[in-house]
Amino acid sequence: MLKLDNVSKVYRVGAFGGRTMTAVSDVSFEVNAGEVVSLIGESGSGKSTIGRMILRLTPVSRGAITLNDTDISAVSSTKDYYRHVQGVFQDPFSCFNPIFKADRVFAMIKEAYFPQVSAADWRGRVESALKSVRLDPGQVLGRYPHQLSGGQLQRMLIARAVLLDIRLLVADEIISMLDASTRIDVLNLLADLRARGLGILFVTHDLSLGNYVSDRTVVLRNGKIVEMGRTELVFGDPRHPYTRSLLASVPRLDVKWIDEPETEDGDAAGPCPYHDSPEESRTRPGLAEVEEDHFVACSGCADHPPQAEPRTLAKENA
Amino acid sequence: MTADAPKAPEAPEPPEATATPETTPEPAATPGTPGAPDAAAVAASTPVREALHFALRNGKLIAGLIVVVVLLIAAVFGPMAFDHGPNEYVGPPAASPSGDYWMGTTMFGQDVFAQFLYGLRATFLVGVLGGGLAAIIGMVVGFVAGYRGGWVDEILNMLTNIVLVLPALVVLMIANAYLGVRSVGLQALFIGLTSWPWAARAIRAQTFSLRARDFVDLARLSGMRTPKIIFREIAPNMSSYLFMTFILLFGGAILVGASLDFIGLGPTEGVSLGLMLNNAARWSALQLGLWWWFIPPGAGITAIVGALYVMNVGLDEVFNPKLREM
Repeated sequence: MLKLDNVSKVYRVGAFGGRTMTAVSDVSFEVNAGEVVSLIGESGSGKSTIGRMILRLTPVSRGAITLNDTDISAVSSTKDYYRHVQGVFQDPFSCFNPIFKADRVFAMIKEAYFPQVSAADWRGRVESALKSVRLDPGQVLGRYPHQLSGGQLQRMLIARAVLLDIRLLVADEIISMLDASTRIDVLNLLADLRARGLGILFVTHDLSLGNYVSDRTVVLRNGKIVEMGRTELVFGDPRHPYTRSLLASVPRLDVKWIDEPETEDGDAAGPCPYHDSPEESRTRPGLAEVEEDHFVACSGCADHPPQAEPRTLAKENA
Repeated sequence: MTADAPKAPEAPEPPEATATPETTPEPAATPGTPGAPDAAAVAASTPVREALHFALRNGKLIAGLIVVVVLLIAAVFGPMAFDHGPNEYVGPPAASPSGDYWMGTTMFGQDVFAQFLYGLRATFLVGVLGGGLAAIIGMVVGFVAGYRGGWVDEILNMLTNIVLVLPALVVLMIANAYLGVRSVGLQALFIGLTSWPWAARAIRAQTFSLRARDFVDLARLSGMRTPKIIFREIAPNMSSYLFMTFILLFGGAILVGASLDFIGLGPTEGVSLGLMLNNAARWSALQLGLWWWFIPPGAGITAIVGALYVMNVGLDEVFNPKLREM
């Protein structure tokens, strides 16, 4: 359904755009209908930029994003595009204009997309959308954003998205501002949406959340994909040293932090396991398919110099 | 007091609660028939109606408004009550306030009350035209530069900085002297064209920080276009700030106008509050004890600008829902 084809984003920085900064480089992946794809990466890895490019909030520098084989930048009316593709952002408090009531987000949808629907009919639709995200309409309608909780606001934003006939939802860190008890509700909500046939791009820095909801996983670092594939494969059998260190850094209940530099890994230096020599890896960049639906970036090439991982988890010998 | 005021009149008549569902949590919590009018209100109550509702119950806003409106009415209709001009020598020189001359006369026998009302008119004109023009230019430049960013911002910022460093009074003097401008309207135009830069910079900075907020992205995702986003999302967030900008520019225009009057570049016919003050100063009214000559114009300027400031504090409470419930 949604396909990214060698998408790059280059920002011009400095006075009069003298220098450039590459935020995303040559990223390709797909999101299919009824599928949750999680995009995992640390801060500054370009994951939110990818989300914004898909939402057309930021133009694409190179490459193309296609929705059902149509280039999204060719869709002249952004309004028509947003009928099918919607986003929910990280900070629910920032998503609501503080001087208006929270239900204005629904009114804006009505004004732009359903001007002909009668007020009573629209009211019914809003209420059923709110109920579908397990909110009590009486509790949230007619209130100001500061009178509602983050979880309520975040669910209202999801309700707002489903009022439209959406096919793709970009969920940019939607859980990170919520507390643990509402998190699982919102995650289950995403699962419901997936069951309805929506494609969901779940942008997160939290590995366990990604593992919980997603069918496929894309691991991003410095704007490049380092590993992607079916979630079980990426999480169960990580091949790239970066993915491994990410997985190793998830805190667990049974271990403690130990400040211990990682021992030189065999495949972290020299040519990577998928290319015969560094020269070849330079001429044949991109992802190597290590098994079905599991792709890994070269780890020894100039593009991906092995970096010392700051801290790893090791089992305390007790 | 703002929190109590709206509740009191509504308690006896429940249907009126439709206008303010946010101050009365009860109707929202009860579903069914009592909830129905509330439902209609959510769809029907526009931000404008709601702001009006709180504006009419805000003491500061109403007090400031009354002062400004009274002075405005005096400025518009007051001069009609005189059968002589403000600068005619009608009475005895340096007479203290009396039944004939309510605010006394100047050293030359001019009626201070007539001068005050005519001066109020000129002052309002300079303030509204000069301050209004500067506010419009400042808002357009600030919003566009702040929202678009990039090279548009660079160019507009450069222009702003150039006008900012121009010594405005000197430019006004040269332009006035060269063009021989002698009408209040043209004086206001010159003031407006030179006093906008700081407003543009301040609004640009505010817009910069507001446009990075997610609700701007959300408005875009709701199919809004850029001008609409600026007017419906960003500007309402800083409406009291914009009004304050206008008030400061209004007061600034009055003061610059008074300075111009003082150096002989003001309107040659007629009178303004600034001109009155400076005449009084020039003829040593303070030393001679002619307090009725300089107190009315000084009090007039202070009352207008002060009342506008008080209104601004009230407006902040009207526009910002978080302040309402304090």
